[in-house]
Amino acid sequence: MSEILTATHNFGTAPTRGTSAADTFKAALYLTSATVNAATTAYSATNEVSGTNYTAGGVTVTNATAPTPANSSPTAGVAYWTPSASITYTNVTLSSAFDAVLIYNSSQSNKAVSVHTFGSQTITAGTFTLTMPSNTTTTALLRLSTT
Amino acid sequence: MATVFTTKGDLDESLLEKREGFIDNDHEYTTWVEYWHEGELVHRSAHVMLKKAAVWLNPEVAAIG
Repeated sequence: MSEILTATHNFGTAPTRGTSAADTFKAALYLTSATVNAATTAYSATNEVSGTNYTAGGVTVTNATAPTPANSSPTAGVAYWTPSASITYTNVTLSSAFDAVLIYNSSQSNKAVSVHTFGSQTITAGTFTLTMPSNTTTTALLRLSTT
Repeated sequence: MATVFTTKGDLDESLLEKREGFIDNDHEYTTWVEYWHEGELVHRSAHVMLKKAAVWLNPEVAAIG
């Protein structure tokens, strides 16, 4: 199943790839007033946070570890992936409350991958860090399962 | 002496009031720290550890490996 995460299989209309290199993923923060959810199809600057040292579009997600396949039985399995480093916004001031991060594919027209929410935060001349969960079958940030 | 980056530049930590807190639930474990100077918030950082995945939005566009 990890081949699905690496775009080996195409079950529908998909982008034509000119390279086998991994795509670039980014992480953008959104205000509490934003609506980012399962219906979100792509990155948008609408209701994205803004402030000192924050660049619209967010930061690049470190992607040094390929997706991992794990079969728990002949008929059940899971493929999973987690960014290989924390997502960090350094020395920023984000005065308006935010509570969501959108991970999106900046190599593929900024199409959305996943949304993760957390308790409302503001940052003042400080650092906001999203620490990733352990990259395992049950805790990875992104998991694709047959069961 | 440790210094803290603030809205007023680097200040010695001994001049600041430090406040800390955390959120712990099914979705996240979050810690935050604030430094106050003469009644004014001059620094706030937060660290969120995500505990579980959210919904996939466009898995077909992901070439992650």
